[in-house]
Amino acid sequence: MIMQGLIFRAFDRGGMIFLGILFGAILLLALSNLMLPPDHTLHAPTYMVSLIGKYLTYALLALSVDLIWGFCGILSLGHGAFFALGGYAMGMYLMRQIGDRGVYGNPDLPDFMVFLNYSELPWYWYGFDMFWFAALMIVFVPGLLAFIFGWFAFRSRVTGVYLSIITQAMTYALMLAFFRNNMGFGGNNGLTDFKDLLGFDLQDDGTRIGLLFASAMALALGFLICKAVTRSKYGKVITAIRDAESRTRFLGYRVDRYKLAVFTLSACMAGVAGALYVPQVGIINPSEFTPANSIEVVVWVAVGGRGTLYGAVIGAILVNYAKTYLTGALPEIWLFALGGLFVFVTLFLPRGIVGAINGSGEGSDGSGKGRQMLDRLRRWRSARAVGGES
Amino acid sequence: MIARILALMIALCCGLPALAADSADLPGLIEQLPTRDYAAMEQTVNAIAATGDPRAVRPLQALSDGDLYYRKSDDKVVIAKKADTGLDLFEPLTGELLENVGKRDARRIGINNNMRRALRGALGSLTLLSPDRDVRAAAAQALFKSPDPGAVEALGQAIGAEKDEAVRTAMEEAQAASILLSDAADAVKIAAIRSLSERGGRDAMSLLKALPESTPAPVLAAATEGIDAIEAELALWATAQNIYYGISLGSVLLMAAIGLAITFGVMGVINMAHGEMVMLGAYTTYVVQEVIRQHAPGMFEFSLAIAVPLAFLVSGSIGVLIERTVIRYLYGRALETLLATWGVSLIIQQLVRTIFGPTNKEVGNPDFMSGAMEIGAMTLTYNRIWIIVFALVVLAMLMLVLKRTPLGLQMRAVTQNRRMAGAMGIRTDRVDALTFGLGSGIAGMAGVALSQIDNVSPNLGQSYIIDSFMVVVFGGVGNLWGTLVGAFSLGIANKFLEPYAGAVLGKILVLVAIILFIQWRPRGLFALKGRAVES
Repeated sequence: MIMQGLIFRAFDRGGMIFLGILFGAILLLALSNLMLPPDHTLHAPTYMVSLIGKYLTYALLALSVDLIWGFCGILSLGHGAFFALGGYAMGMYLMRQIGDRGVYGNPDLPDFMVFLNYSELPWYWYGFDMFWFAALMIVFVPGLLAFIFGWFAFRSRVTGVYLSIITQAMTYALMLAFFRNNMGFGGNNGLTDFKDLLGFDLQDDGTRIGLLFASAMALALGFLICKAVTRSKYGKVITAIRDAESRTRFLGYRVDRYKLAVFTLSACMAGVAGALYVPQVGIINPSEFTPANSIEVVVWVAVGGRGTLYGAVIGAILVNYAKTYLTGALPEIWLFALGGLFVFVTLFLPRGIVGAINGSGEGSDGSGKGRQMLDRLRRWRSARAVGGES
Repeated sequence: MIARILALMIALCCGLPALAADSADLPGLIEQLPTRDYAAMEQTVNAIAATGDPRAVRPLQALSDGDLYYRKSDDKVVIAKKADTGLDLFEPLTGELLENVGKRDARRIGINNNMRRALRGALGSLTLLSPDRDVRAAAAQALFKSPDPGAVEALGQAIGAEKDEAVRTAMEEAQAASILLSDAADAVKIAAIRSLSERGGRDAMSLLKALPESTPAPVLAAATEGIDAIEAELALWATAQNIYYGISLGSVLLMAAIGLAITFGVMGVINMAHGEMVMLGAYTTYVVQEVIRQHAPGMFEFSLAIAVPLAFLVSGSIGVLIERTVIRYLYGRALETLLATWGVSLIIQQLVRTIFGPTNKEVGNPDFMSGAMEIGAMTLTYNRIWIIVFALVVLAMLMLVLKRTPLGLQMRAVTQNRRMAGAMGIRTDRVDALTFGLGSGIAGMAGVALSQIDNVSPNLGQSYIIDSFMVVVFGGVGNLWGTLVGAFSLGIANKFLEPYAGAVLGKILVLVAIILFIQWRPRGLFALKGRAVES
């Protein structure tokens, strides 16, 4: 009964439209890649398939950030860390799949370990030759880190910018750690030269399409989970925490537990996104942990519109498309554009593209404008009030 | 004098072999030097040294440097220097120019390694009696570094005659070092070890460690004791050096964090572009130095003095600009401010990269910033010392501004109760802009200091932003004393972990420690109390 309710809630009109567009686009892309001859004007080259696949994993990451930022008010500047941890778990599995096909041809050790004079496999690499174990770790490791981190942070009521700053410190510390050669994760070269996944050749067009579909499925699943969570009673409490944390606490809710649960869920989603990202780009290295990456994710969400879920997906895809285009065509401009985007969105589009469209459009029920006005009023007053007290 | 000339003439006339003239005085001894029999030559050198005549230093030094020749025509020993054509010959004792001869008219007196050692000892004992204090001190130092059992007596003599306290100590240490290598009695050697371990230092320790296995047991025991004592002392110095490194790192963190403490602490604004303000300060220094190089090279020593106020103005005015155009619309929305200022930081970085290029710029150190001084076993570089001083001065000035000026009073009023301050007639928005400008300007001054020890590149600010946030969060927001304590404790903790865990792991441990610390005291070490903090 409850499950039914959850699923029913998830498939509302917006969700259905979103999923329809997502799978329609993916199907078209797959067909044009596989069916049309390479010289056809509508043929989608394989790199484009991988690129779109990459965008979809970014979209899932953005979704996970939107879940905690948009709905619970936790601004994590370290979500890239969970993404990268999931990626490393997948990378370790892929490394083990290489077997003796590496440069050194060592059947027991990955190339970089031979290079760094390891005599045997470190214990934390055990089990990564099995996919089910790696798949478990992809969700478990980021989830565990988020659980421990969140347990400490939320219990002692670290909130707002303090939380943002320590999440940033967390990903920074992880970056430094993974850059070390003797961590056993390949140092600053990371893990690369992957050959195949579950027996499928990673260079093969079919595998790429498969990964694209897997990413789309994961995104759809993530979207449905987020939708179900935010529309449940639990989600209402989460939103209440965002809007008035103290009041929710005084009403008797264990705020820290709610936050911890949603934070851990979000980290698991980010881990899955990272795991799907790695085989499509073919490498994972410590630069994925850079604090700047995590902040960029937040911008995708802000651009799309936080607290809307599909806004995060739109934001991630749009910003990354712009990035791909600009870094190729006008590399000098990219940072100006990204920086300008940050400023523009926070100043003029506080609710993102989705919010702007929903608010300024005529609105099907005519309440769009009124809601926007109210929202502005509320924002203005709260800004005044907060500004006055601090 | 006449006797010497006579002896010389006799020696020359008879063409006597070197060995014969044991008792001859200095010039005669020198004439005995040209020989292939090194044992004989060593005896001659020792005999020369035994005369204690300071004039003997010149020919012996020349022999050691390979500049001592003998003239083929009459076998006279001379000092030869390569001239434009052939060789210039000099009188070995007085150094006066004799004549210029062809290259083949004089032959060098060859020596071997054994001879070189003998010469060092001889020179050491000769210079020990020099009338010049500095020469004596240098000789004692040299003998300590390469002790010579043959110099024990000479040292004893010199110690007896020495009036200068410091030089005598150095000589005594050199003598102790020489005794260790000699075949003196055990008791004497033990006394020497005592004296060495009192001196301390790595040289003394390596001397003691170099004692051969065959040394008698009591001497060895004394040596082990001495080594332990020296090691304990060295460990103490190493700790002191670590503290100094920590304070130095702390002062850098302090510089980077003070500005942040103001904007973050006083205004509640997360300025992610803060690192870029530091970077702009460093680039201001670069531009100032470039202009000085081109137009007034003589002013280079003052480049930093010019750059400091300029950097304050540049970063400060850009800070005011950012505040007026972006941040003032975002008050009360800390997380949005964070994002917007991050965007600003990207734009500034790219702007600097476009104008100055992505590579590191070279910023020179004025003379007073370069070099180092030594205290015991510690090396203190001047640039680090000046940065520590500068950081403390800036902090003190900032505190003065906050406590003693009308602007500071208004700033504190706005921090404590914005609406009440506004009601009392304070123009809060103007105070906001000036506060932000002040914080940014201080970041610019930090940039001048950092340009002296770090690479000046567009990424300069990025590398400090996380650390300076850590300092502010650790120390407690809105409290400059907290920032001071936070910066120095983080700096020292970092440097103390480094030897045990390595630089990177040490940093990771500090970060993790701070993350845990925040759980314990969510508002930092020196938290503000009261309702205002809750918002």
